[in-house]
Parts: sequence; C-alpha cells; structure tokens
Amino acid sequence: MKQKIRIGSGAGFSGDRIEPALILAEKGELDYLVLECLAERTIALAQKEKLANPELGYDPLLEKRLIGLLPLLARKKIRLITNMGAANPIAAAKKVREMLVKAGLNLKIATVTGDDVLEKLDLNELSLEGNKAIKNYPEIISANAYLGHEGILEALQNEAQIIITGRVADPSLFLAPMIHEFGWDTQNFDLLGKGTVIGHLMECAGQITGGYFADPLKKPVPGMETLGHPFADIFPDGKAIISKVNGTGGVVNLQTVKEQLLYEVINPFQYLTPDVAADFTTVKLHDLQNDRVEIRDGTGNKRPETLKVSIGYLAYFKGEGEISYAGTGAFERAKLAEEIIVKRIGNQFSEFRTDLLGINSLHKSTFGQDTIPYEIRLRVAGKARSIEDAKLIGEEVEALYTNGPAAGGGVIKRASEIIGIVSVLMNRKKINTQVTYL
Amino acid sequence: MKLLEIAHSRAGDKGNISTLSLIPYEEKNYQLLCEKVSIEKVAAHLKNIANGKIERFELPHISSLLFVCHDALETGVTTSLALDSHGKTLSSALLEMEI
Repeated sequence: MKQKIRIGSGAGFSGDRIEPALILAEKGELDYLVLECLAERTIALAQKEKLANPELGYDPLLEKRLIGLLPLLARKKIRLITNMGAANPIAAAKKVREMLVKAGLNLKIATVTGDDVLEKLDLNELSLEGNKAIKNYPEIISANAYLGHEGILEALQNEAQIIITGRVADPSLFLAPMIHEFGWDTQNFDLLGKGTVIGHLMECAGQITGGYFADPLKKPVPGMETLGHPFADIFPDGKAIISKVNGTGGVVNLQTVKEQLLYEVINPFQYLTPDVAADFTTVKLHDLQNDRVEIRDGTGNKRPETLKVSIGYLAYFKGEGEISYAGTGAFERAKLAEEIIVKRIGNQFSEFRTDLLGINSLHKSTFGQDTIPYEIRLRVAGKARSIEDAKLIGEEVEALYTNGPAAGGGVIKRASEIIGIVSVLMNRKKINTQVTYL
Repeated sequence: MKLLEIAHSRAGDKGNISTLSLIPYEEKNYQLLCEKVSIEKVAAHLKNIANGKIERFELPHISSLLFVCHDALETGVTTSLALDSHGKTLSSALLEMEI
C-alpha cells in the first residue's frame, strides 16, 4: 500500500481554462488527475445533442482539453478520472481512443455508465423542489442519477488509466482513488467522510487556489493570470495537504480553504453523497505556509439509501434585450425606455422583468449607496412559450434606437431555450452501475 | 462598521437555496460575528432577496459561520430570469451589512 497519493484537480467546470491541467500533469508529480466538467444542466443539453447525433453528447471541449494531456498521462503514468462523458461516455471513450491511436499511444480506457435512469423514472413521483408530479413538467429530456465511487473503483482495480464517466457525485471522482490505493473499507464512513471533505475541497479547482477568492482591496492574490490549480497529498488515515505547483499564480491559505469548504453546503453536519453522509463540522485546518494547508479530521455517517436524480425538462424560452444610456439624464432616459417597453409588451409574457444594470439588477437594493452612475444599461427579460415569442423582447429593445428615448446605444438581443432541472430520490437498488473497457 | 471590514464570504447555490459563508479575517473576531450577525439581522438585511427560512450554522473549529437562505434565487439557477441566476454576487450583499 502506498503511504501517500497525489491527486490534481485540473478543471472545476465545463468552461474552465485548459492549461492548468497541463501544468499539473507536467510539473505536479501527480498520481491522478481529475477533471470535473459537468454542471447540473450540462447533461440535459448533452442528452439533446446525443439524440440528434448518437456519436455526440459528451463534453464539447473533450478534444481540446485532452489533446495535450494524453502524451503527458502516458509519459508520467498519471491516471485520469473525468466526468466529461456527460450523456455519452462510450462515444467520448471512442473519441479518446481515436486520439490515442493518432498520437501513437495505447492506454486502457474505461467508461462508467448507468447514471441515465430516464427509463426507470416513476412519473408520478413528486419533485423535491416543486412538490409537483414529474409528469406535469413539460417535455422531460433527461434523468441522471448521481453515482458514487463504485464504478470508478472497479475500473481502477482493473487497471484502466483513463476513466470517463457521466453523472457521478463530484467528490466521488476523488474518493475512488483513495479507496483504491489505501484499501479503505467502503463501510468505514469515518474515512469516507474524510475523503469526501478532500474531494469537496478539490472539485472546483481554482476556487481553492485563490481564484474565486481574489479581491484587490481586501484579499489580493498574486499571479491571477497564471492561476495554478490545486493538488492534494492524501495519506492513508484521511489526512491531506492541499497545495499547488511552484511558480504558478494564486494562493492556498486558511482563508481560501475555508471559503471552499463551506461552498454550496446546505448542511455541514450532513453533506450527502452516494458514498457517505459527510460531517464537515469537525474539520481542522493548519496553515503549513508556502501555499500548503493541512486538512485533518472531518468524519461521516452511513450513506443514504437513495440517490439523487437530476431531471432536465424544457422550462421555457428566454428573451433578452439590453440598451445603454449615458451622461446627465441617463437614469431618466433609461427609466423612460423601461416604461415604454413595459407598456408595449410587459403583459405578453408569463414572467417579465426589467433591470437597470449599475443600479438594481443584482440585489434589488444598493444598501444606501445611492449615487447615480455615469452610464446605465437597461435589461429586459421574459419567459415565453416559443422561441419566436421570446425574440420579441430583443426586437422591441432594438426598436428603441429610432423610436427613442434619445441616445440609447449598444443594443444586444438574445433568445434561448431554457432547460430547467428538478430532482427526485431513487432507491439505489434500482440503479445499475456499468463499467465498460475499450 | 461594515462586515466587509472584518470578514469575507463566498456564495454558493443549490436549487433555490443560496449558501453564504461568513469568515473573519482574524479568528479572534469569530465570537463577535456569532454575537452580531444573527439570523434576524441577516433576514432584515437581505429582505429583498431571501424570501424563505434562513438557517445559521456555527463552525467553531474553522471559526466560520454559514447562512443557508431558502427561497433566495427566484426559483433557482436553471429557471430564474435574474441576471445573476446563481446568486454568486450575494456574498457582496451580505458583507455590506452594518454591525
């Protein structure tokens, strides 16, 4: 058994930068590299792509992200775990095989599937969010269960070097190699809780190395343009040290780790994943200086018997338009433009809103800071039943050019299909994780 | 004094819930935050934003507070018409609070 493994986190969302993963692979002395690229809604969009073309439905940046990485994985013997398979891990694996052949490389690939539970969905079940039967949501597109560590673990035990999954709980992408390397008992929820804390800290990549943390006034971070992504040295007792590659930008300290530990946590006593109910409240942090923070303790309790299933449905068509006004009287002209739009089309949409960017678009309040900015941008948005209806909003905003008020400029207009997500719980016995090698 | 002078925060989203951490720059100010930043105070400060229940978790081992604000994202990130549908900027709203 190894006494330490090192896992790098090279991407924290589907649109993340490409080069931090390359730097981690080149200079990070990694055992594993994880690329987390699957947001809640991404898989529903991918499912639509797959329906249109069975060879697609995986992450659109797959090739761009992996083309430079594959030779590094081979040369440095790093194992890759990624959820870039999205709605179609098998097609993603075929694409990666093709890329490997082209590069003259031969690495074992595994896919983890079984998260697609659309066929198994009980349409009479009520959604957790709206307490409304699933069948009453318009046009269900996808249903994907959050799988745990199991499929990835099996692939690791069978010596796959590249593991491509669909929907897997983000921390499980990191927990699986810990279980594999240290032989953790999967009923030892204390260790699984500790490993899940580490996975949770790592999953958003640059958010723990000072990226999303930075604020020039109160929290200055050096080298933001070359922000390094994190790696964790993990030990058999579940302790870890989080750091980053020397020479990259960013910072790892108690503040960046604390912000990430609590990020998107709705109950720190019980952070539920398919693997464990992790307890974050006992985690202790120790700053080892030089961008190194030690993570200790944290624990966990028995895993839930049900898995969360995310269901994508066609919610509505969104129409948007924006226009700017400047100088003295900008506020009054923007308000007049707003009034004109509301009078003309405000009652034609099931939901309709106007915002003045710079004044009230984010918090509906300025908390007493009532100075009027030099320039103001009016934003109009509404929910429509068809893309044609949605386009009306942008068209009406654009028509303010000639029909006034005076000196409006910089119009943009957009209309898009909006996929909503609701969730249900599904008994884990109904879900079969499959591992395929190719 | 505004909260931003002694603490930092990060917003997260889960469905229609916004999570807001509150972390003192200096750990000695943790008790002060526990005393001054009550659920009632946060509810009043975010009255235009957080429409549902607000929970407060105390994490003494890391000297941090966590506010979990229900019904705060105008139906949630995937369906909201808001410009910042994730509520990522809400951490800045919390830090504007006077204590």
